Amino acid sequence: MKPLLCLGFFSAAFSAPAFAADYASLPGGTFASVLPADTNNADVKLAPFRLRREPVTNAEFLAFVKTHPDWRRDRVARVFAEPRYLAQWGAADILGADAKPDQPVTQVSWFAAQAFCASEGARLPTWNEWEFAAAADATRADARSDPAWRAAILNWYAQPSSQPLANIGGAANFHGVRDLHGLVWEWVDDFNALLIASDSRDQNDPDRLKFCGAGALNLRDRDNYAVLMRIAMLSSLKAANTTANLGFRCARDGIGEGP
Amino acid sequence: MKLSFAPLALVASLALALAACGHGGAAPSDASATPAAGGSQHGDFGAPQGEPIHATLTSPPHVPPPIHRDKPAKVIVELEVIEKELPISEGVTYTFWTFGGTVPGSFIRVRQGDTVEFHLKNAPDSKMPHNIDLHGVTGPGGGAASSFTAPGHESQFTFKALNQGIYVYHCATAPVGMHIANGMYGLILVEPPEGMPKVDHEYYVMQGDFYTTGKYREKGLQPFDMEKAIDEKPTYVLFNGKEGSLTGDNALTAKTNETVRLFVGNGGPNLVSSFHVIGEIFDSVQPEGGTVAQHNVQTTLIPAGGAAIVEFHTDVPGSYVLVDHSIFRAFNKGALGILKVDGPENKLVYSGKEVDSVYLGDRSEPNLKAVTAAAKAHAAGTLTKDEQIAAGKQLFTGTCSVCHQASGEGLPNVFPPLAKSDFLAADPKRAMNIVTHGLTGKIKVNGKEYDSVMPPMAQLTDDEVANILTYVLNSWGNPGGQYSKEEVAKARATPASPAPAGEH
Repeated sequence: MKPLLCLGFFSAAFSAPAFAADYASLPGGTFASVLPADTNNADVKLAPFRLRREPVTNAEFLAFVKTHPDWRRDRVARVFAEPRYLAQWGAADILGADAKPDQPVTQVSWFAAQAFCASEGARLPTWNEWEFAAAADATRADARSDPAWRAAILNWYAQPSSQPLANIGGAANFHGVRDLHGLVWEWVDDFNALLIASDSRDQNDPDRLKFCGAGALNLRDRDNYAVLMRIAMLSSLKAANTTANLGFRCARDGIGEGP
Repeated sequence: MKLSFAPLALVASLALALAACGHGGAAPSDASATPAAGGSQHGDFGAPQGEPIHATLTSPPHVPPPIHRDKPAKVIVELEVIEKELPISEGVTYTFWTFGGTVPGSFIRVRQGDTVEFHLKNAPDSKMPHNIDLHGVTGPGGGAASSFTAPGHESQFTFKALNQGIYVYHCATAPVGMHIANGMYGLILVEPPEGMPKVDHEYYVMQGDFYTTGKYREKGLQPFDMEKAIDEKPTYVLFNGKEGSLTGDNALTAKTNETVRLFVGNGGPNLVSSFHVIGEIFDSVQPEGGTVAQHNVQTTLIPAGGAAIVEFHTDVPGSYVLVDHSIFRAFNKGALGILKVDGPENKLVYSGKEVDSVYLGDRSEPNLKAVTAAAKAHAAGTLTKDEQIAAGKQLFTGTCSVCHQASGEGLPNVFPPLAKSDFLAADPKRAMNIVTHGLTGKIKVNGKEYDSVMPPMAQLTDDEVANILTYVLNSWGNPGGQYSKEEVAKARATPASPAPAGEH
């Protein structure tokens, strides 16, 4: 164990992304998304991809901001992040009392999240990649038909957000990925192509073809409230927005051959 | 860099484009209604005049003061969505999603013809995006698409209040049912241009049904139960979002000889309310918030997503109970409120209790004291014939007199007499068998033939049968005698004897 620990120390001290992020490999394949790939309710096809095992933390994002000062809250361009960006931190380069190092970073814009991922040679996951990973429970790749899976997600929605966010490190799912549910919302690369109607009731509106966006107005699995609500949340956002419960994790193409 | 365009802008602009079409309001059918009362085509009084007004919003059960204005104005409404844990019952909490921090949400009051600039704010620590659909808005979605708001953001849209009335507003973000079930509804009053008749009290009451994973009154923070919501089986049905919100110290108040106006809404999400005030008759109801009033109403139906204005005059002091008269909801799910009316008694209208005396019902509610005494005496081994007769008389009243009559005379040609019965006298023991096993077919009693069915009186105990028969045998000119519990037990255990043996 000792050599590993040393490696970890050196990596933390010297490598450009301050923390060697750990990615899980996911097989991809055909997947029944709640948002059909086309008007014929087709399954989506996913290439193999890698996904961060955990959401990006305050400590990781602080390290990023230190090496990329353009993304400090006092220097970021307003078009890339609204005024609430990182407002929970003590200062532009200090976490302070209200932001614990191992809490997921929140109040980050889509632009900032994307820049962070680029800094570690990664990108934001697509909605379908995120959805594929999050369909798992501890033992199954796709547990979505299990009422218990759904109930666990709805239960998080029922918790008031007056309490401080928990640290990352929840139980790993089938793919070895943690905290997909029950901790924070997460940005996805194509969040603004999901568009469910902002008035959710007009799903058979004859005008619907006027809308662009892969999700348009028809959800394939309308009973799947738990997932629907995440899409509704993402649909309400603009790329410079930040919220107290919205974080992110990164993804990479292909099958992993390194950290 | 990826180009990020905002899809919502598209939706919003489409909504605005369609809003111009509106929907034509029907002309009023009630000739007594003022022209302005009828429909959206009569509700536009031109451009807003004077400085913009910031609307006063109130928490339930309070209603903002009446509007005394004779010109249309621009009214600015600022409503904040707050997600917070609140008590739903004693020792039970629930994560409510609220308009303005209360369930129901803040009461909004504007005047017909006003231009309302609506600001919907979603608190920074909210988890969910929210929007608002005001039923008082003419335009697609009632404002929903134009007000879809992420946490920590604010949306603005403007509408002209063309139709007067009392309207529900609610959140319409997916899943709509869950947002409503979590308390996201309230009322907006669009006053008629001439204002509303003056009353002494106005109150805001809104019913809603709630779905928790735990049982009714199960303690602790209770999560929302989607299955129960889909099945429409609420754990709670409540006025103003909390059991006890309108009872005890929170009761609504009035004095005698006052007029009370209730704005009663129903947020649902599922149930329709049979709104009733126990002890009052509504002098006037505007059902569904419409313009034409109904008078002298006992119970008024309030649809989910609907509201009514009810008015009454207080004549007699006391506590008046607001209920959903689908009555298990009131007493087992919480849909109860109190209006406490103070003042001098008015005995001419209502006397209060004038007589409190024992009422000896002749059949339905016999006084069973003697039955208890007889049972005790039997247990002690001291049972006398008189005790048996006393107990039997009371039991006879409850069970037998329905057919054989309290006089024992029976009914000619249908139920044979027990009084001076030759059939009974011929074989008193046979009676035990008939009571425990029943009797079907032809018999002749006192010279007349009867052909009907007496079912076995299986609900009576041996002891009760013995007492009843002892009473019968010692009444109405019958020969007298006594039956014991043990004899009845024996008869019950013996197969039924052939019926028509009594013909002689």
